[in-house]
Amino acid sequence: MMERRFFLLQRLSALVLAPLVLVHLILILYAVRNGLTADEILGRTQGSLAWALFYGLFVVAAAVHAPLGLRNILREWTALGDRAAAGLAAAFALVLLLLGLRAVVAVVG
Amino acid sequence: MNSDHVGLLTVRVWRGREEGRFETYRVPARANQTVLDVVTEVQRSQEPALAYRFACRVGVCGSCAMTVNDRPRWTCRTHVARVREEGILTIEPLRNMPRIKDLACDLTPFFEKWQKAGGRHVATASRRDPLQKIDPRSKPRLAASAAIECINCAVCYSACDVVSWNAGYLGPAALNRAWTLVNDARHGARHETLDRAFADGGCASCHSQGNCTRHCPVELSPSESIAGLKRSALFGAPKLREPA
Repeated sequence: MMERRFFLLQRLSALVLAPLVLVHLILILYAVRNGLTADEILGRTQGSLAWALFYGLFVVAAAVHAPLGLRNILREWTALGDRAAAGLAAAFALVLLLLGLRAVVAVVG
Repeated sequence: MNSDHVGLLTVRVWRGREEGRFETYRVPARANQTVLDVVTEVQRSQEPALAYRFACRVGVCGSCAMTVNDRPRWTCRTHVARVREEGILTIEPLRNMPRIKDLACDLTPFFEKWQKAGGRHVATASRRDPLQKIDPRSKPRLAASAAIECINCAVCYSACDVVSWNAGYLGPAALNRAWTLVNDARHGARHETLDRAFADGGCASCHSQGNCTRHCPVELSPSESIAGLKRSALFGAPKLREPA
């Protein structure tokens, strides 16, 4: 059952990530049109619930999606056992989640 | 018997088990000859101790599969003219299975995975019950019928790179079989089969490289069957109408 859940979670998180990544890329093109300044970015994001939700969701989806892929790669390409691969992937998920959410708080708060 | 021969063919044949070597033989090249004909000719005229496996010789049983010039094939259905490279044939046993001797390998792990993937039919009716009626045009039946003609020759299993690096992977044939049962209204353990096909080493391990489909001698598409199983992770087993 576990494998099935992981498989499903990875596909569903990809489904969430796909439009978010597109918007994020378009935003990058838009944001750098007059050069990139911290003031401009913070001016857009500070106090904005919409951007907080957008990037909050982005971080959560990425923290689910990427470690599942990393777990598969570690299991297929290294001599690590299944438990070690799962442990490393879980640690990576935690790092992504913490750093990501901290960054969201920093630009929105 | 030799009247139709048109020169000589060089054949490199694997001799031994995991450790071994290629031995080179020269046999008459004929206008119309299969790889199995060549192996038989080597065994009968030059190397009586050569071990290989065949039964029907006409593409029904699937037991003569070998690796010919790096690709798994039914040797009885492979004409030499189609596969020889610069007049040379290189013949080895199938990949991904223990070798017994020369060109014969042990298919036990392949058949064990068939069972592990839930490939055993569980009857829901006995011979005393009336025949269950299945609509041959229903979507699940069409999906099962598209995959049902597998004869367990292990060509797809030998072609699969995922099996070659992950010995625990069930492989295309076993998962293809599981997909037919998941779509079969007469199978009494559809959800169990789906669970088994999704266990560790199951369909989620497939990389969709498509070597199975490319090499299947009966032109089935295990890739499509595995994709069906993967879809079932999201939508559950295909919905079947209760057989009338």
